[in-house]
Amino acid sequence: MRRFVTFSLFVAIVLALWEAVGAAGAWPEILLPRPSRVLSYLGGAISDGSLLEATLVTGKRLFAGYALGFAFGLPLGLLTAHATLARDTIGLVALGLQTLPSVCWVPLALLWFGQTETAMLFVVIMGTIWSILLAAESGVRNLPPIYTRAARTMGSRRLHLVMHVVIPAAFPAVVAGLKQGWAFAWRSLMAAEIFVTILTGFGLGHLLHYGRELHAMDQVLGVIAVIVAMGLLTEQLVFAPLEHWLKRRWGLAN
Amino acid sequence: MTRVTDELAPIPPAKLSIRGVSKSFRSARREVAALEAVDLEVDVGEIVCLVGPSGCGKSTLLALVAGLETPDTGQILVDGSPVTKPGRDRMVMFQDAALFPWRDAIGNILFGLELKPGLPRWARLEVAQYYLQLVGLSSFAHAAIHELSGGMRQRIALARALAPNPTVLLMDEPFASLDAMTRERLYGDLQEIWQKRRKTVLFVTHNVREACCLGDRVIVMSPHPGKMRESFAVRLPRPRDINSAEIAGFAREITAALRLHE
Repeated sequence: MRRFVTFSLFVAIVLALWEAVGAAGAWPEILLPRPSRVLSYLGGAISDGSLLEATLVTGKRLFAGYALGFAFGLPLGLLTAHATLARDTIGLVALGLQTLPSVCWVPLALLWFGQTETAMLFVVIMGTIWSILLAAESGVRNLPPIYTRAARTMGSRRLHLVMHVVIPAAFPAVVAGLKQGWAFAWRSLMAAEIFVTILTGFGLGHLLHYGRELHAMDQVLGVIAVIVAMGLLTEQLVFAPLEHWLKRRWGLAN
Repeated sequence: MTRVTDELAPIPPAKLSIRGVSKSFRSARREVAALEAVDLEVDVGEIVCLVGPSGCGKSTLLALVAGLETPDTGQILVDGSPVTKPGRDRMVMFQDAALFPWRDAIGNILFGLELKPGLPRWARLEVAQYYLQLVGLSSFAHAAIHELSGGMRQRIALARALAPNPTVLLMDEPFASLDAMTRERLYGDLQEIWQKRRKTVLFVTHNVREACCLGDRVIVMSPHPGKMRESFAVRLPRPRDINSAEIAGFAREITAALRLHE
């Protein structure tokens, strides 16, 4: 709570100074508008619905891509952890591709899928899948063998063993992978939206892009604020509770 | 209600026969004979303790009886039927409890029960609660594993092993990582629990006094390759006190035998 107060105070002071110095004409308004201008843009964009729509479009792409990345990444990670052949093939590919900034997939996605939602989805999936795959793999690989032995004596095997022992035991590692995958997906989607216009929906990245084209710096700064807020919100509403729960149940300090 | 009563009804312990069992493991360079031609008959409801230095194959023997490993030669029979894979008739207690941290205390006990066919949810819960009470941890049903002390974890592990109502209980140095005070309390509790839930028990330890306190018979093993050397019958009434003079006497004799076969 104290941290929150300190931080709010800090932000308020910075904004007030910025407003005051900006109003005094210290720099051209077109390059760096005052906070009040940004606020009035945000007010307008919220009331005409364009901001909400862009947020929804971006959110939908992110969520769909992330969910697909998870749906493919987790089973593939389990596979590479268990089968040597999969590890020496898919596993090594994942290791290599994870180092690739996922925005590098944009040119390829455009050639393959054109300016479509599929291209966006592809970029987000490529951003998520490898982190989740590798995290799941290492989680399973580091599983204490005593867990599976104990489970087997109680009659657990095959699918039951995977669902009730292997996956839950690898869960802390998978959460770490989910968090990293989220960060990659979020960044790559923003980059893709700025680069590429998709006519079926304008996301936050497009708003940024058009803000630049129209020299509307109040729009650019406003959208940046929204993007930051979305990132913080996801962290606070999704990952923080998840990690808190892990800590309470497993007794892990992260 | 009747079904739960059936589930909790004591079942007769099994007769365990180990006949000519050998097992070796291949390491990077050489083959290590963990067990060589081991024969052992454990009578119905008998508690047999295996003692010996590390490398004498006592834990391997337990894994073989559990069905987690298969013997190279020989046969293991439970009530006449050969062991080929793990089964709920033979439950294991491991050295470091091996409880699942993603489940709470009662959730761990429920794990084996969930795999038992034909047991509805409410019946499973009732059975699990019975065993929680048996090990004296009713009020810790929803505790996270990391919140439990080492002794409590072993109690939960015992409850988990007893819950599917096995006929054989395999205990692999279950008290080795506990402090002496906790351990001594558990010896008493364990003997009390055995009175209520009679099982045929194979108990592995390197603690000779512990073996004398708990076992009807103590078998001395020697390493490289793992072999059974001598068998001592401990004919003392239960409950036994680990600090009694009789136990000390048996322990002295068995320790001497261990030295001899080193």
